[in-house]
Amino acid sequence: MVSMSIVTVQLGQCGNQIGFEVFNTLLNDSHSPQGLCCKRENELYQVSCKERFFSEEENGVPIARAVLVDMEPKVINQTLSKAAQSGRWKYGQHSYFCQKQGSGNNWAYGYSVHGPKHEESVMNLVQKEVEKCDSLSGFFIIMSMAGGTGSGLGAFVTQSLQDQYSNSLRMNQIIWPYGTGEVIVQNYNSILTLSHLYRSSDALLVHENDAAHKICAKLMNIKQISFSDINQVLAHQLGSVFQPTYSTEGSFHYRRNPLGIDWQVQPHFSGHPTLGKMSLNKELHFNTSIANLVILRGKDVHSADLGGFKDPALYTSWLDPVNAFSVWKTQRAFCKYEKSAALVSNSQFLVKPLDMIVGKAWSMFASKAYIHQYTKFGVEEEDFLDSFTLLEQVIASYCNL
Amino acid sequence: MEEGVVNEILQGPLRDVFDSKQLITDISGSGNNWAVGHKVFGSRYQEQIVEKLRKAAEHCDCLQCFFIIHSMGGGTGSGLGTFLLKVLEDEFPEVYRFVTSIYPSSEDDVITSPYNIILAMKELSEHADCVLPIDNQSLFDIISKINLMVNSGKLGSVVKPNSLVTSSAGALKKRQEKPFDAMNNIVANLLLNLTSSARFEGSLNMDLNEISMNLVPFPQLHYLVSSLTPLYTLADVHIPPRRLDQMFSDAFSKDHQLIRADPKHSLYLACALMVRGNVQLSDLRRNIERLKPSLQFVSWNQEGWKTSLCAVPPVGHSHSLLALANNTCVKPTFIELRERFMRLYKKKAHLHHYLRVEGMEESCFTQALSSLSTLIEEYDQLDATKSMPMPDVPRLSIAV
Repeated sequence: MVSMSIVTVQLGQCGNQIGFEVFNTLLNDSHSPQGLCCKRENELYQVSCKERFFSEEENGVPIARAVLVDMEPKVINQTLSKAAQSGRWKYGQHSYFCQKQGSGNNWAYGYSVHGPKHEESVMNLVQKEVEKCDSLSGFFIIMSMAGGTGSGLGAFVTQSLQDQYSNSLRMNQIIWPYGTGEVIVQNYNSILTLSHLYRSSDALLVHENDAAHKICAKLMNIKQISFSDINQVLAHQLGSVFQPTYSTEGSFHYRRNPLGIDWQVQPHFSGHPTLGKMSLNKELHFNTSIANLVILRGKDVHSADLGGFKDPALYTSWLDPVNAFSVWKTQRAFCKYEKSAALVSNSQFLVKPLDMIVGKAWSMFASKAYIHQYTKFGVEEEDFLDSFTLLEQVIASYCNL
Repeated sequence: MEEGVVNEILQGPLRDVFDSKQLITDISGSGNNWAVGHKVFGSRYQEQIVEKLRKAAEHCDCLQCFFIIHSMGGGTGSGLGTFLLKVLEDEFPEVYRFVTSIYPSSEDDVITSPYNIILAMKELSEHADCVLPIDNQSLFDIISKINLMVNSGKLGSVVKPNSLVTSSAGALKKRQEKPFDAMNNIVANLLLNLTSSARFEGSLNMDLNEISMNLVPFPQLHYLVSSLTPLYTLADVHIPPRRLDQMFSDAFSKDHQLIRADPKHSLYLACALMVRGNVQLSDLRRNIERLKPSLQFVSWNQEGWKTSLCAVPPVGHSHSLLALANNTCVKPTFIELRERFMRLYKKKAHLHHYLRVEGMEESCFTQALSSLSTLIEEYDQLDATKSMPMPDVPRLSIAV
């Protein structure tokens, strides 16, 4: 039975740097010696993983099913060569599109100037990748919110994907910038990105730089943290979600659809791969969830007790936990972990960060600071207001769960 | 508009770097007269300028910005330089115009420099995307301090040759003459650091167009205060973490600013930190957290930081930091310039040298003065918000 494939679109410096780490993690995991399961199991796992994310080349080096997009050349060049240097996988020789001048951290420039100008070229590359898939599950789009290319061009490309491949799933991984900025206009770029993606994306998987940084500092004890460390944490989390699993029905085949989001609502990420059984959160107050997905890998997955996740206290009153909670499992271990678990959650967890970004952007908008940089390229004050309105509605909806 | 300096460059060690066809010279100079530079030479050489610019632009795959480097106090740099700015805006409207302007120290011997400066500033305010003002006095003070440290032996071993502050001419040795070489070296390094992320790889790149995007919240307020650290090479290449944090602290001290200003005690509109070399993301973040409490940011940009990490350090260093700030501390400088201008203008001193130039009228002066006053006024209004409590901006209320 053929597994469905995912085509990844990596946008901007952040998207490309993370994308590299993701493919690296996926391939390294799939090549792990035995994975603590029987040989046949391991082989099934490897085949499934390969089919999803890589296409095979003649001399056996897997090629990532990815399109790399950036408006300046340095990062793409680095990414392509780092992959090739690994010797174990690479990107397609012609699977990239880049320009020279960047987007200037300007969402409007990425969306209104680069978007239309380069739509055809980018979509052609996507088409080539899609044609290589026997069966397309959907798209995984990696981008940051703070800059200009990932955010603006990313929003545009997601829309183009919606137009051209309306039957395929679009999942965006968006990187939430550090609270104390990396980019001064990051809050503007973020709200514009989020409001546009809400209309064209099926699922927004969120990773916060601050959270990943804390993981590096507190859980992993890394003293000198670099973006490479952060990206590896994110890649690990994604790998533990995307690698093959069996659905709860206990079928004999790995899930066909790796993106497997059956819900109407948009799930977001708050995963921490941990050793051992998933320990329950003993706090009295929960962030109310609409949906939770637990993924277990490795030893004793079938005997794990997940009763705590079915507690009605976790969920909003209009949902029955039975409908809101799913489990995926495989005995095949992930990376070097004997046991690992991941949690994908659609809950109020992100209300606070979202509210903060909207608040800061609003305060800046009230003073009209930097607006001229956006109106210069066709994003007007009305577009800002539309974005604010949409996001306030999202916040209110989540708060009312 | 005179040949001496250009000829010297073309005969010097860098002669092969410059295209000898891409130059325009005249003989008589501008006589330290902005009007001569702007109106006389401007109109005379406009066509040639445009032609040579087009030629240079044609060689570029993707032209992103122009750097204009000039002084404010004289006639050519100030007058013709700002004329050029207008030409660039007309001919290449989409290309960013970055201007590095050298302001004379108060001991400058050009009596009419206040006129030249104010007349030029109007042009900078209206036609530049971004201006990095640099004060000769600050450069001189920095070099003097370095000299002092080197000679007192505080730095340990001798300053390395080919380091940040020496040129092959060994300018530090000549103490009687004004050390322009060393001073210019600092400005050169500023520009190197500014463009490092565009030229080299790093984990968080920053292009030149991002500088304007992040640091210019309102079109008129585009004067950025710059500071560069470290300013002298250190004999010890293995910098312990304490020294690294010191580099960040220094960037905010008034002794390291390239104009006479104290950003720490004024209001920040925005701040950019461009790091080069062996500095990790966590070092950068730690220092921002550490320094933030002692800095005042405008209410709508409380976390207004733009950061970049370039992997390649400058030659002879293991790391360096360039800080660019949009800060109200430029206001006192502008006020002082206005006062110097008024002292001359009130008495109409030397005005005839300007008014006899065709196209110059008194209104040029009054308009330039008014432009500067408006600028000062805008900074004033921002400063006034410093002591006010955070405004409570009510959010949109949504019916669910």
